[in-house]
Amino acid sequence: MNRPRDTQISRRGFMRGAGASLAGLVLSFYVPEQIARAAPVQPKALPPPNAFVRIAPDDTVTVVIAHSEMGQGIWTTLAMLIAEELECDWAKVRSEHAPAAAVYIGPAGGIQMTGGSSTTRGEFERYRQVGAAAKDMLLRAAAARWKVPANKLVVEKGVILNGKQKLRYGEVAEAAMKLPPPASVKLKEPQAWKLIGKPMRRLDSLDKITGKATFGIDVTLPDLRTAVILRPPAFGAKLVRFDGAAALKVPGVEKVVPAGDGVAVVAKHFWAAKLGRDALVAEWQKPEGGGVNSDVLLAEYRKKAQEPGTTVASVGDAAAALSSATTRFSSEYELPYLAHAPMEPLNCTVKIDGDRCEIWTGTQFQTVDQKAAATILGTTIDKVQIHTTFLGGGFGRRANPRSDFVAEAVTVAKAAGVPVKVVWTREDDIRGGYYRPAYVHRMQVATDAKGNPSAWDHVVVGQSILKGTPFEGFGVKDGIDNTSVEGLAESPYLERVSAKRVSLHTMKTPVTVLWWRSVGNTHTAFAIEGMIDELAHAAKRDPLEYRLALLDHSPRFAAALKLAAEKAGWEKPAPEGRARGLAVHESFGSIVAEVAEVSITEGRIKVHEVTCAVDCGSAVNPLGVEAQIQGSVVYGLTAALYGKLTLKDGQVQESNFHDYPPLRMFEMPKVSVHIIQSGAPMGGIGEPATAPIAPAVANAVFALTQKRLRSLPLRLA
Amino acid sequence: MIALRVNGTEHTVDADPDMPLLWVVRDLIGLTGTKYGCGEALCGACVVHLDGEAVRACVTPISKAAGRSVTTIEGLSKDGNHPLQKAWVELGVPQCGYCQSGQIMSAAALLAKKPKPTNAEIDTSLAGNICRCGTYTRIRAAVRVAAGLPKEE
Repeated sequence: MNRPRDTQISRRGFMRGAGASLAGLVLSFYVPEQIARAAPVQPKALPPPNAFVRIAPDDTVTVVIAHSEMGQGIWTTLAMLIAEELECDWAKVRSEHAPAAAVYIGPAGGIQMTGGSSTTRGEFERYRQVGAAAKDMLLRAAAARWKVPANKLVVEKGVILNGKQKLRYGEVAEAAMKLPPPASVKLKEPQAWKLIGKPMRRLDSLDKITGKATFGIDVTLPDLRTAVILRPPAFGAKLVRFDGAAALKVPGVEKVVPAGDGVAVVAKHFWAAKLGRDALVAEWQKPEGGGVNSDVLLAEYRKKAQEPGTTVASVGDAAAALSSATTRFSSEYELPYLAHAPMEPLNCTVKIDGDRCEIWTGTQFQTVDQKAAATILGTTIDKVQIHTTFLGGGFGRRANPRSDFVAEAVTVAKAAGVPVKVVWTREDDIRGGYYRPAYVHRMQVATDAKGNPSAWDHVVVGQSILKGTPFEGFGVKDGIDNTSVEGLAESPYLERVSAKRVSLHTMKTPVTVLWWRSVGNTHTAFAIEGMIDELAHAAKRDPLEYRLALLDHSPRFAAALKLAAEKAGWEKPAPEGRARGLAVHESFGSIVAEVAEVSITEGRIKVHEVTCAVDCGSAVNPLGVEAQIQGSVVYGLTAALYGKLTLKDGQVQESNFHDYPPLRMFEMPKVSVHIIQSGAPMGGIGEPATAPIAPAVANAVFALTQKRLRSLPLRLA
Repeated sequence: MIALRVNGTEHTVDADPDMPLLWVVRDLIGLTGTKYGCGEALCGACVVHLDGEAVRACVTPISKAAGRSVTTIEGLSKDGNHPLQKAWVELGVPQCGYCQSGQIMSAAALLAKKPKPTNAEIDTSLAGNICRCGTYTRIRAAVRVAAGLPKEE
């Protein structure tokens, strides 16, 4: 399904050359789907099959996964792609993480990494090509053995047939591996798919329910020591001096070494290292100016929002249109800093041997981490070997352009002179920085006689994720970090607004920031979907009907909204004491509409049901898509209802799950997922359902209480 | 020296009596299926059974486990064939998987006492187990399937 007319062109025009700012290294992180669609499909050399798949004599097919499995299910999805073309026995398929190496750099660009909901759509061609090439080689090996033409042979579940003669893949794999790969392959037509599009069970479940799966924190090596680090207590604080004597008296503690901005205690095991860390005596110089206070910071942001910032996109004269309009609205939306808080606290194991180094960690950023380690050790990246373990959640935290947790561990291992596993405590994780930035949005909107927006002036205030990182040159253009504004200028709601401006104030603070599941969409969707809902209610129109009227030129958006509304029973009144709200947003190439049904129970917002309609173009594994949508809703709902970090004198006040609480099972709404296989280019699925839930819930709370909540987390009083 | 039985095997460990059972099991005995998530009994990633009772190993001093029997995820079944584990695979519960040992051990303690739990009982028993991936819906359904109940109440 395509958008009618040339709306894609006009939107790209409005985006004012955003495409150019997104080239290169970070392409797959932020590239708006319309630009990805426009990219020509360039014929490339086929990937070397032997790097991606191995077949053992017992027919076991091992698929080498070039990305990181952090829960999103790619160990299964990418294996499905190879198995589809290879025609092997699915029961014999296993997956393993690839090492960090150039051959595993994704087709989408530049580095070996996992992020931007890019894995499945980015690898859709390459992994199928590998399967097809491997099959071709196996058939040629069998043909050589039988001395018949390869095109006479057929394959059934990993068994090659020549009339009544049979050869298992495992019997010819060794010979096949030595053959030159084919120059080209022909991939199956979708009608012939046996696995793609079918709900498939995960390949990693058994290891994950028996305790066998190895996460970074589980890595063991001979003579491995564990380190826990004392980091600055506040953003901007500097270590003046430390005394490790008391730490060294803790049984099991062996060394106290400087570690970046802090001090590491190296011990026989975690418990000793933690007791040692707690026994360290350190003197810190307070941050300049006393340190950041989040209340003060947000007040400053709100003040900034009164004036336009650097123009991101502009059409017509929004300011003039607003000043001459008779009906005007002005609203401010606010969002706090957020920690990712993956269940597995950060950790990294490093073993240095001369100018070589081995790293075991759950990272989303292999190439970047390799470079960081090589720089610290004064070596080249080919001497830095990375073993990617399972990730106990990533959500963006394990993809740091500054490689913080990896660089730190390399520094400690170098100083300690022994193999070291650095383990963060939960408190270290909550207080250790690299947060979703805090944001303020101010929207001034004029409406026409029907209540539709006719002028829109949108000011965004917040920190840049990419400025000052090695990615700045790629992701920041003319002072605009696209992660600060994605989802606004290209919003279909604004498409027919004749006078509009989006502008950005990029703020500087000492607080370290990073992408957080669905990145800029976490705040842009909250702001724009909240404002649209305000306009709908002000016009006394049904929020669904109002949106559909604005989206009548965007059939994919309209279809997703209609389906979610229909499945949620929008036409019928909600049960007594409840109300519904909705939101729709496109990110990472997928459009997700969500309807939330809420009540106020014991003075608190309770979300009973969430109905999602997801147009991801096509779904490789619907069972995986459902899991990712449910998970994204929970992740976003945690932020909507609870997520907030508070800074006082540069110090984060929250520390663990009692004051930074994730959603628990008894709070889990019923989440139903409806997939729309629209046939549009495949979108991402790990993130897009995160952003719409906060506005859907806020909009439902308004429908129930007439109280408009414009600040996250949502608080009734 | 402190003696305890873990998954049916006797162990003697040289540990401070205050050292949490979690780190004894992980770092001294080498069973890493039990996870560290918070260190404060807030998340349930470290749940093991102590004489059949679900406990949070991160706040259980090893002295409390002396002479007693500990079951970790590795000892719940041979080859992952406990009804909960089978249901977990069948319904595709795990995402990142990190919290799942604790979830399963909490659920196993529940089913040992309440073979046919209601959803409310499941929610209460697993209230202490956090999953950041949001696998709660499938966890609840898998506990029901393991108990021989229909997936949804």
